[in-house]
Amino acid sequence: MDLLLEVNDLHCGYNNHVVVEGMNLHIAPGNLVSLLGPSGCGKTTVLRAIAGFEPVTSGEIRLNGRIVSSPGVRVPPEKRNLGMVFQDYALFPHLTVSENMAFGLRHHTAGSKQRIVDSLLELIGMEGYGKRYPAELSGGQQQRIAVARALAPEPALLLLDEPFSNLDVELRERLAVDVRDMLRSRNATAIFVTHDQHEAFVMGDKIGVMNDRRMLQWDTAFNLYHEPADRFIADFIGKGSFMRGELVSAETVNTALGRISGNRAYPWPDGTPVDILLRPDDVLIVEESPRRGRVTDRAFLGADTLYTLRLEDGVELLSLMPSRYDYAIGCEVGIELDIDHFILFPLEPIVETAEADPTSWG
Amino acid sequence: MHDIIPEAPALNPDKRAGLFSGQLNKWHYASGALALLVAVPLLVVFSGWLQPSTEVWSHLAETLLSQLFINTTKLLIGVGLGVTLLGVSLAWLTTRCDFPGRRLFDWMLMLPLAIPAYVMAFVAIGLLDFSGPVQTALRDWLGAGNFWFPQIRSTGGVIFVLVLVLYPYVYMLARTAFLTQGRSTLEAAQTLGYGPLGVFWHVALPMARPAIVAGTSLALMETLADFGTVATFNYDTFTTAIYKAWFGFFSLQAASQLASLLLLFVFLSLMTERFTRKRSYYHDTMRSGQPPRFRFRYWRGWGITALLGLFFSLAFLLPFVQLCLWAFEAVSKELDARYLGLLFHTLVLGLLAALVTTAGALVIGFARRYQRDRLTSITATTATLGYALPGSVLAVGMMIAVTQVDSFIHALLASLGNPTTGQILSGSVFALVLAYVIRFMAVAHGPVETGLSRIKHSLPEAARTLGATPRRVLTKIYLPLLRPGLLTAMLLVLVDTMKEMPATLLMRPFGWDTLAVRIYEMTSEGEWERAALPAITLVAAGLLPVILLVRKTLQDH
Repeated sequence: MDLLLEVNDLHCGYNNHVVVEGMNLHIAPGNLVSLLGPSGCGKTTVLRAIAGFEPVTSGEIRLNGRIVSSPGVRVPPEKRNLGMVFQDYALFPHLTVSENMAFGLRHHTAGSKQRIVDSLLELIGMEGYGKRYPAELSGGQQQRIAVARALAPEPALLLLDEPFSNLDVELRERLAVDVRDMLRSRNATAIFVTHDQHEAFVMGDKIGVMNDRRMLQWDTAFNLYHEPADRFIADFIGKGSFMRGELVSAETVNTALGRISGNRAYPWPDGTPVDILLRPDDVLIVEESPRRGRVTDRAFLGADTLYTLRLEDGVELLSLMPSRYDYAIGCEVGIELDIDHFILFPLEPIVETAEADPTSWG
Repeated sequence: MHDIIPEAPALNPDKRAGLFSGQLNKWHYASGALALLVAVPLLVVFSGWLQPSTEVWSHLAETLLSQLFINTTKLLIGVGLGVTLLGVSLAWLTTRCDFPGRRLFDWMLMLPLAIPAYVMAFVAIGLLDFSGPVQTALRDWLGAGNFWFPQIRSTGGVIFVLVLVLYPYVYMLARTAFLTQGRSTLEAAQTLGYGPLGVFWHVALPMARPAIVAGTSLALMETLADFGTVATFNYDTFTTAIYKAWFGFFSLQAASQLASLLLLFVFLSLMTERFTRKRSYYHDTMRSGQPPRFRFRYWRGWGITALLGLFFSLAFLLPFVQLCLWAFEAVSKELDARYLGLLFHTLVLGLLAALVTTAGALVIGFARRYQRDRLTSITATTATLGYALPGSVLAVGMMIAVTQVDSFIHALLASLGNPTTGQILSGSVFALVLAYVIRFMAVAHGPVETGLSRIKHSLPEAARTLGATPRRVLTKIYLPLLRPGLLTAMLLVLVDTMKEMPATLLMRPFGWDTLAVRIYEMTSEGEWERAALPAITLVAAGLLPVILLVRKTLQDH
């Protein structure tokens, strides 16, 4: 399948200040992808570079094989056939809802404009709102109009920049699903930028995690959670705890909870100090287990309860147990590990494999 | 879990604030050209010192110079003290106290801003001079020589008139400052043991100081720039001396030397303002509502009402009524084709200046918005400095520069076999309008900049991603959204241009007399009635922006 968007070794920045470094991204038509990362990691700059608002200091961006951005080259945004949804929606306050949605339909006849606007209003469930002004709409309505306006000219690629961050939590989750279904039903291609992992998981088939100017891992939500490429991702995605250990063979680690073996081999020398990643569902409370710990905190989550357990040597682990099991704070419990994904991180960077190569994973 | 914090905008302008990055672009050239417009007359004025001294100058230096310094200093001190005391106390009364009619006075006290100082000057003289109606009535009643009456044609008289028209600058800025002081700050002072007066002296006043200083500084700049008032009073200052050097001795060089001395005063007051205000932008970050007003009851309350009523009569009502009476008497003789011609010229010049200045302000605004480097910041600021140039100084600088350009063009054309009169730009509408544009760029810049700052960057960007070219973004997004700001800018420049006297007087093309010029001619002959019709026209025009301002301040609070 031909690629719609290719971002190759992209660098952005200004005056010795690098904002994006060595970014690669390949997207085929029909893909829905998310860029996830904390504030200031450079994800919005990537999106704006793709849109044509940010210059590129090295590398290139291609749309349908044609270079649109490279050092010294910048095809203006209006010539890229992209749609963009802004964090603040950017609805034109002096135009009605219909006029906003028809803004990108300059070369259509009046009748065709009306048809497109009407069908989109119906799609987002806002028939009859065409004559209103943006200021007369609620935040969620404005948000939907912003998406519909960006979709109206049928752009080859839709860019969404934190489109839900100004909404309250409940609305945010519902709208994310709505928008995803709408994009899917139109077979749209979209890149979605967010700092919220739940949104990223809802919106993207594949997710790129960024931190500190770089893309760290490009993967499915499942793999990001169970096979994080580095310690930052392990920490950033989902909950988890680290336990100190020492590699005794390629597949075995000696820890305070005994020897742990896993389904994966690590090529580091024996005796390498490592941290082993334990997800809350890897840590089970089993009464009869000889390995003991104490409950120091608990959070009732409904179906499950999240326990914080402290081992004798002070290490804290998280454990997720069905809430029908009930342990009070302070009581001593037995601990057992049930590890599906054996994830180790060296305590100190190991020279020859200092950076995990994402392509060899999943 | 990560907190849900909206990401900061990717573009942090401060981070890219080098002098300029990469190449110069159209915004650098445009704002640079506008800055040059201001810089050229300035440099020209100072270059007057580079030429050998003339006889006119040595004559002026011997006979006049020390008097000019003394008079200007007296005016600055008198007006500075007067407007500060008056403006601050009036603002305190209307914002922090309560008395009958407070709401009315709150906005009415801004109205004197509509009266040009030179109009107030001739009304004051016409009313209060020896032959005026007030002294005549007193003589009829008490008998000549049986009462003392202050001499209106005096330093005190000039200061009195200038304070009456310039105090609103301090009043308005202090008023806003007092209104934005949070309740909790003042209450904190009270809990720390200060009474109402202590709170005023130790908290409210120091917090409002930057605003007060800014207002006083504006009033002082107007005082330095004033020509019409001092001319009416026959009170010698630099502006009148520049006029005499130019039209009396025909020495542009002496005029430019005088102008540079006047500029020195302007710089001094600007510097004083900067110095006094340094690092002192106080504002309450926690807005906590208005503290209760101090209530004056019964005779105290009504006493304040009466005092303010008297003051308002002096500053606005009386002059306004007197102008109307005079204008009514003279209307049959004065409302003729010549008056309509004056009005036409005034409006044409005003509208031209308004259009060009607003366009220039828009260019500066866009340059600032799109080119966030130091170079653009410097040129854009320079381009709006013209407001500090007194009209007479600007006229001298422009005239000398334009004459140079003319002689260059003349020589060029002559060498090509096309002799000219040598006057192409000098004495042209073009040069005069250019002077207005330089002087009033800052006036237009304010509302345009405010308008632009309200347009989020994402709006034009959204339009671009929807396929709009930059031109379409300008016509479909920026201009409709900026319309109120652009109209305000044009109105302000129009009215300021209509009232402008010295630059118009010095630079007007032959046959292009305006209302302000007519007022100057009539008042210099003591013909108050005949000056009244053009004067009331200017006051009426001046009321438009003041009404706009009043409506805006009332909406804000």
